[in-house]
Amino acid sequence: MAIIVERRRLTWMERTYLPQIVSGLWITLKNLFKPKVTLEYPEQAPILPPGYRGAPTLVMDSAGREKCVSCQLCEFVCPPKAIKIVPGEISGNSEYAYIEKAPKEFEINMLRCIFCGYCEEACPEKAIVLQQEFSLNGRTRAEMIRNKKQLYEAGGVLPDKIKKWKKVKDTADLEGGSH
Amino acid sequence: MVTLCEITAGAAEASIWGVVGHVLLLFLFSFIAAMVVMTFAGLSVVAERKVCAFIQGRLGPNRTAIPIVAAIPLLGNFLKRNGLMQLLADALKFLFKEDPIPGHVNKFWYMAAPAMFLAPVLIVGAVIPFGVYWSDGSMHPIAVADFDLSIIFMLAISSLTVFGGLMAGWSSNSKLPYIAATRSGAQIISYELTMGITIVTLVIWAATMVENPLNIFEVAAAQSGLWFCITQPLGAFLFLVALFAETNRLPFDVSESEADLVSGVHTEYGSFKFGLFYVGEYGHMALASMLFVTLFLGAWYPFPGCEWPSDWGWISSVLSVFTFLVKVAFMIFFFIWMRWTLPRFRYDQVMRLGWSVLVPLGIANFVFYLVLISL
Repeated sequence: MAIIVERRRLTWMERTYLPQIVSGLWITLKNLFKPKVTLEYPEQAPILPPGYRGAPTLVMDSAGREKCVSCQLCEFVCPPKAIKIVPGEISGNSEYAYIEKAPKEFEINMLRCIFCGYCEEACPEKAIVLQQEFSLNGRTRAEMIRNKKQLYEAGGVLPDKIKKWKKVKDTADLEGGSH
Repeated sequence: MVTLCEITAGAAEASIWGVVGHVLLLFLFSFIAAMVVMTFAGLSVVAERKVCAFIQGRLGPNRTAIPIVAAIPLLGNFLKRNGLMQLLADALKFLFKEDPIPGHVNKFWYMAAPAMFLAPVLIVGAVIPFGVYWSDGSMHPIAVADFDLSIIFMLAISSLTVFGGLMAGWSSNSKLPYIAATRSGAQIISYELTMGITIVTLVIWAATMVENPLNIFEVAAAQSGLWFCITQPLGAFLFLVALFAETNRLPFDVSESEADLVSGVHTEYGSFKFGLFYVGEYGHMALASMLFVTLFLGAWYPFPGCEWPSDWGWISSVLSVFTFLVKVAFMIFFFIWMRWTLPRFRYDQVMRLGWSVLVPLGIANFVFYLVLISL
């Protein structure tokens, strides 16, 4: 059944437009004095929401050990193939020799990276983390490829709740550990 | 200033150098008047961008800086934050851009149109009394020219603008500028009628008070009591609406409706010639504000029924100019404020409003005051 929409005939005042124009002017006048939403970027830093996906970085645990075990899952999952890992061994005389592998070289091409966060999701060690850095720039392409050293500098230390690689006898005396 | 001219005119009888000096002085006065109009046009470009930004919750241009000027302690920052150096940057951009002339245009009229668009504004600026000064116990206008038919002169010259638009639209040899030109031509001619009727009403009303009601200065001076926007509210309103239409400002900018026509008559123009159109538009706005202030908003009188005392000498003159310019600035703000409040009328709505509402109202207003005066 058709619905008949009742259209009210405009009053004489409404047909002159004038009350509407005046109320419109009042609204724009109020807007004139409202606080502005503009963020003046280079001087004012934007407030980043939790879970923001910025530049991917490599992190160390609280003991200063590099977490990455060069499993290459991130390299495999990376959609734009921005990550390149050269796997290496941990030398026998290191105290972490039992972990066996660590990256010899780890490169992320920031020109290719799409900040999707798949590497962070794929990492079994929580070694690669997307942090809040968003302003990445350089003058050459080579500058935009971050090597292992730069990635650790940008990443810093991220203490883990689960001490996956601690041996049972160490976890007993976490405080007085000689490591 | 007219007496200054008269002094030099007196000297002109003496020698040839007097004549030269007289002409040079007139040039200087004209230059100053043109500068005032142009400055207001330039500042209203900045004001447009800033007010628009504020109404939309933004900050507007506040980054452009000229290296050395920006380093001046307070002033540099003030200019930068208020976007005043942006104005210079825009002007330089228009000046130094490459200026290609499209192959399909009629070159003579194409080149003449921007000048034709801007010139009437500067010419009409000559009759606007920016303030007053006193000498020999009587009041004189601070204007380049003060003569008895200045209102007729103002109407005649300011309606020449329509030719600038038509010339640009026709010579561009392109359909969108052509449509824009016909629209703006029809619109300006239609609203000129309303404007004419309200001015006639104003003139017959002023004729009861002053000797020469067609002299814009005497009409302005007749507002020492009540301003004409109080004694003729409907006339003032109709005149204001007609001014909005004459200057092609929103809500009547159908000739520049970027949704259906690319950008009006100056679509085929670039660089400096476009800059002339751009300045011309804002010059029209500044001039329209000056006209409204002069004819209806009490010109240099600070409040209704109140005037700067004549025995203060030059201080009063400075105050009168200042009052006038403040009022003009407010009117320019009003034009901009209106633009960012109202959407655009459709072309047929503009014409219907003009012919079937404003013109009859104007005639009714005219008859009402005619009866009122003859009673």
